[in-house]
Amino acid sequence: MKELKYALFTGCTAKESTPEQMMSTLAVAKKLGIELIELTEASCCGASHLQDYDDFLSLVLNARNIAYAEMHGLTMVTICNTCQLNTAMTKHRLDQNAALKAKVNEKLAEVGLEYKGTSLITHFLYAIIDDFGLDKIKEMVVKPLSQFNIAPFYGCHNIRPSELQNETHKGHENPYTPTSLDDLIIACGGKNVDYVEKNKCCGFHAELQAPHTAAVLTGNAVAGAMDANADWMVTPCPLCHLKLDTQTHHASVAIGRDVSLPVLHMQQMIGLALGCTPAELGLNHHVTKVNFI
Amino acid sequence: MDALTSQKVTFKVFRFNEETDYLPYYNTYTLDVTHEEVVLDILNRIKWDHDGSLSYRRSCRHGICGVCSIKVNGKAILACKSRLFDLVNVFGTELVIEPLSTKRAIKDLIIDKKDFWDKHAEVKPFLTGEIEETPQSEHLVSPHDAEKLLEADYCIQCGACHYSCPALAINEQFIGPAAFAAAYRFSADVRDESALERLHIVNEEASGVWDCVKCMECAEACPKDVNPIEKITKLHNMIFEANIAKNNVATRHAVGFAHSIAKHGLLDEGELVRYSEGNFGVLKHVPVALKMFTKGKIILPWNMPKSDKLDEIQKLIKSSSTVKF
Ligand code: SF4
Ligand code: SF4
Ligand code: SF4
Ligand code: SF4
Ligand code: FES
Repeated sequence: MKELKYALFTGCTAKESTPEQMMSTLAVAKKLGIELIELTEASCCGASHLQDYDDFLSLVLNARNIAYAEMHGLTMVTICNTCQLNTAMTKHRLDQNAALKAKVNEKLAEVGLEYKGTSLITHFLYAIIDDFGLDKIKEMVVKPLSQFNIAPFYGCHNIRPSELQNETHKGHENPYTPTSLDDLIIACGGKNVDYVEKNKCCGFHAELQAPHTAAVLTGNAVAGAMDANADWMVTPCPLCHLKLDTQTHHASVAIGRDVSLPVLHMQQMIGLALGCTPAELGLNHHVTKVNFI
Repeated sequence: MDALTSQKVTFKVFRFNEETDYLPYYNTYTLDVTHEEVVLDILNRIKWDHDGSLSYRRSCRHGICGVCSIKVNGKAILACKSRLFDLVNVFGTELVIEPLSTKRAIKDLIIDKKDFWDKHAEVKPFLTGEIEETPQSEHLVSPHDAEKLLEADYCIQCGACHYSCPALAINEQFIGPAAFAAAYRFSADVRDESALERLHIVNEEASGVWDCVKCMECAEACPKDVNPIEKITKLHNMIFEANIAKNNVATRHAVGFAHSIAKHGLLDEGELVRYSEGNFGVLKHVPVALKMFTKGKIILPWNMPKSDKLDEIQKLIKSSSTVKF
């Protein structure tokens, strides 16, 4: 197979509060022989909030990030669901609206850049499934996760709106019955656990504005996974990870029940199955202790 | 192989009579279903052939009146528009038929939609304007101006989004996606004169747009592609443009991104929380922050990473900003 190469949009979280996500992304990419060119020029995508304040500015900044991926002639890979949504949404809107694209490009021209629309944008999870292949992952597993019940937590912004997701993910995941993360768990040798909240929201984006709502959603998600007998949860999104890993105290108070489970990034899960060390995967950077390693 | 033209599907149908039942129960029917049938055909067949007491709403059978909305395996659908074969493709051959909200069920699939209409009423869902008693001409809307509605006027008030919204399920004060879409629909209309009043209504804490968790469920649920979350974003923008955004945690949170990006290119997570909450409000986050700090999850200000070519980002922020706070 031709060596896989992508432009990596890390987002901010991987550089700050989830350093383990950055570490495990690089460790897994190395194991799989995937080359990632980091877009060090990229700015924050605005995390679905900047556009509430200034939609046009948000478009310009995201278009700039994509323009750098285009200069490499590569597909952009994201490692955060919300980065994926914001970036893919920008691409979708600009590719469908020539006038808007021209307006954005007028601004980008001031710094010598142009958004062309030539790069695809996909989440690392979907890149692994679509381009690398789960069969090959299965072959490479050295430490199957067979003793674990693992609860997939998909995170809204990868699966919804499905129109956007279906534009890049060849598996055309249905947000009501997503399978990508379940399939990945199975490929790593684990047992996937089914529960109602797996494709629901964790509340992250309203944590400051609507703390009660956000805490109940987190509580419901972890409780759902616990009731389905999960040993731990896994997510492709560092924001979901932050919420589920660091906010279970508030969540427990909000739903009147103690909830807490270790939560792994999908990269950490793959890394474990492929034989990376816990240190390489940053498993010591979690607030809820990863108690099974 | 020829395309399948009929197959066996099992339906578990929610039953409940407010007047006689303490608890709901489910009746199960296995039927041969053809590729042409929609969910409403099945409900009719169950009612006509098996149990005349099954109750559900339907009227237009054309996806226009919005009354036949129910949930199948948790997905809100219009019974008269959703083909069985499409649903079987997604959920398999066991389908669970439930009302939009099991909590609000009155009889079987019929719910009390009062909360939905109350939310609508809150946002003044009608045009207001001074019109002469005997106008000399029609008040025409140009195609360009009509486009500003972004098809929010396609809403048939079916409630699919409303009863799929997790924020509303937890916070009863929340106005919710359908009424927000309506607030946008009338406020974006060139003939209307109540936009500012409506913006004040949707700008309140707890009930207003700020409590949306951005889960995109409403966009996915809507059978008319109204995309309520897009209208919610528009309402946010209109609030800032009208200069009525209050100085509170929600608005500062949105604005904080612009500040942070201007300074670092990236988001300064710690500073965003401090700026949003204020120096006093931020204190409640200290216990979690300390735990995060010991796990190497907090970057100290002097170590904050910066984007390469930050000057480009700063230049673009200067030239492309369209609002001020
Ligand atoms: S969504 Fe989060 S991680 Fe992604 S760029 Fe934006 S702030 Fe950063
Ligand atoms: S909070 Fe988590 S689950 Fe909800 S939208 Fe954000 S990433 Fe998705
Ligand atoms: S995006 Fe907002 S309004 Fe829409 S369903 Fe989610 S919380 Fe409700
Ligand atoms: S916005 Fe869509 S889902 Fe919501 S009430 Fe209107 S038509 Fe139904
Ligand atoms: S019967 Fe009118 S929308 Fe379905």
